[in-house]
Amino acid sequence: MDQGIANEARLIGEVIDRNKPRLIDEWVAELTAYIRPQRGLSDNDLREQCAEFLQLLREAMGRGDLRNPSGAGWESVEDFVANLSRTRSQQGFSPTETAVFVFGLKKPLFRMLMEHGNTSPNLNHQIVLTSEFLDKLGLMTTECYQKAREEVISRQQQEMLELSTPVVKLWHGILALPLIGTLDSERTQIVMEQLLQRIVETGSDVAIIDITGVPTVDTLVAQHLLKTVTAARLMGADCIISGIRPQIAQTIVHLGVALGDVTTKSSLADAFAIALARRNYVISKRNATAQPAPNGASQH
Amino acid sequence: MERIPILRMRDLLLVTIQVDMHDRLAMTLQDDLTSAITKYSSRGVLIDISSLAIVDSFIGRMLANISAMAQVLDAKTVVVGMQPSVAITLVELGMSLQGVRTALNVDKGMELLRSILGEPPADDDTPDAGSQE
Amino acid sequence: MPALKSKSVPLKTETDVVQARQQVRAWATEAKFSLVDQTKLVTAASELARNTIIYGGGGEMRMELLQEGVRMGVRLHFIDRGPGIPDIDKALQDGYTTGSGLGLGLGGAKRLSNEFDIRSKPGEGTTIMIGRWK
Repeated sequence: MDQGIANEARLIGEVIDRNKPRLIDEWVAELTAYIRPQRGLSDNDLREQCAEFLQLLREAMGRGDLRNPSGAGWESVEDFVANLSRTRSQQGFSPTETAVFVFGLKKPLFRMLMEHGNTSPNLNHQIVLTSEFLDKLGLMTTECYQKAREEVISRQQQEMLELSTPVVKLWHGILALPLIGTLDSERTQIVMEQLLQRIVETGSDVAIIDITGVPTVDTLVAQHLLKTVTAARLMGADCIISGIRPQIAQTIVHLGVALGDVTTKSSLADAFAIALARRNYVISKRNATAQPAPNGASQH
Repeated sequence: MERIPILRMRDLLLVTIQVDMHDRLAMTLQDDLTSAITKYSSRGVLIDISSLAIVDSFIGRMLANISAMAQVLDAKTVVVGMQPSVAITLVELGMSLQGVRTALNVDKGMELLRSILGEPPADDDTPDAGSQE
Repeated sequence: MPALKSKSVPLKTETDVVQARQQVRAWATEAKFSLVDQTKLVTAASELARNTIIYGGGGEMRMELLQEGVRMGVRLHFIDRGPGIPDIDKALQDGYTTGSGLGLGLGGAKRLSNEFDIRSKPGEGTTIMIGRWK
């Protein structure tokens, strides 16, 4: 940092040091004008945050280049801003309510610079410098806020996907995956991966994919279904697709999706019966008039 | 030189692939297996790939080749333990592994081999085994 | 877009294919890809690495770890100075079901990746790029 800038930084720093309490008072007043009371941020909390920021700012002004608040020497300020923005975002503050933390410092600081330097030929320069570095820091809050938002959305999407389709065990070695709702490509893929994983975990030979609750099936989804069946076969298990409604059957034919030798059934019940037969189970009905056999078994 | 060990269990051969194989190792396995089938007059081969995180087209072809060669020598092959991500990738890759029998795990693989070889099922009381309950 | 990091892995002998797989696996893990996505990337890399060695006369795999917003990505460039591929379109389709040699690897690698680019000039060599993003 060249000597001229270093001087300005020193002067601005002195103004901050000499007026810290008043600076914080006026700054907090600016902030409370913008931040809604229901945010639950007390006056004291705000003061502490402002004080900490000023402290870090003073240290950075000594170490780094005032013109480059994302450069060397400003790391602690950057971290503070990033954490503050993230927390604000998580607490439901709006982008303005977040950015105002930095921008709210401008008016009070300019006022003080003008009071102390109204005869200084460099006053304009100091104000411009201050404005520039505060602008950059203010924009940083917006960037961090945005990033935090994106992380939340991403996490929520993941959770929704995981919760929305459980794989159930119908019987020993037979799993069912009841799909409900519209299937998009991403959701279908994730759900299919979960199914294959459960097949391995439970050692189930047969998986029934029931699409009764799926209103429409497009080519992509049909292809994913088929890929899943193929993958399951490669692993040594088999899939039956059930719950195919007449409209879906028509769509599948119109789209020219080749089901090949994949077993399909219109109802889950029929699919279950087939699955049981494949695993060599026989269901027989106990004779109503006969006594139950001593060992209670009517199975083979 | 490194080789993948082949275990002999009566008339069956058992291979567990646990290393990330380079091509030459895969070719060696092919050779070793065909030699062993001949030497021991084995009737079945079980290949456990549950530790293989990657099966690319070369390894896929190796498995198909082993299956075909074993068949020529009148032995049946079952590949077991394919991981879901491997299966999904093979489907995307377009490898159908035609002619290769698969099962979910060693137990089911053994069961499958026995049924193919025409032997009676093992007497086994685990509920998921199949016909007993 | 600037890479977070990049690395070059030589592809000369068949053991280098295993090395390439392991490196790609490590970076795919770092980019926090799901297991399936990792497997797809590593398998595609395995195919292309092998092609580089067998058909390209050897070369290198250049790896890049990238970030765009919250998403991380891995790009792999397979470079050789070999004979080049005379008919790229055919190479992408060929051998799709027969599972023989060059064709399956190339088309397969493309299907397994989010990004795919191929440049090849007979007599000059080939560069194939595949990329996967989280």
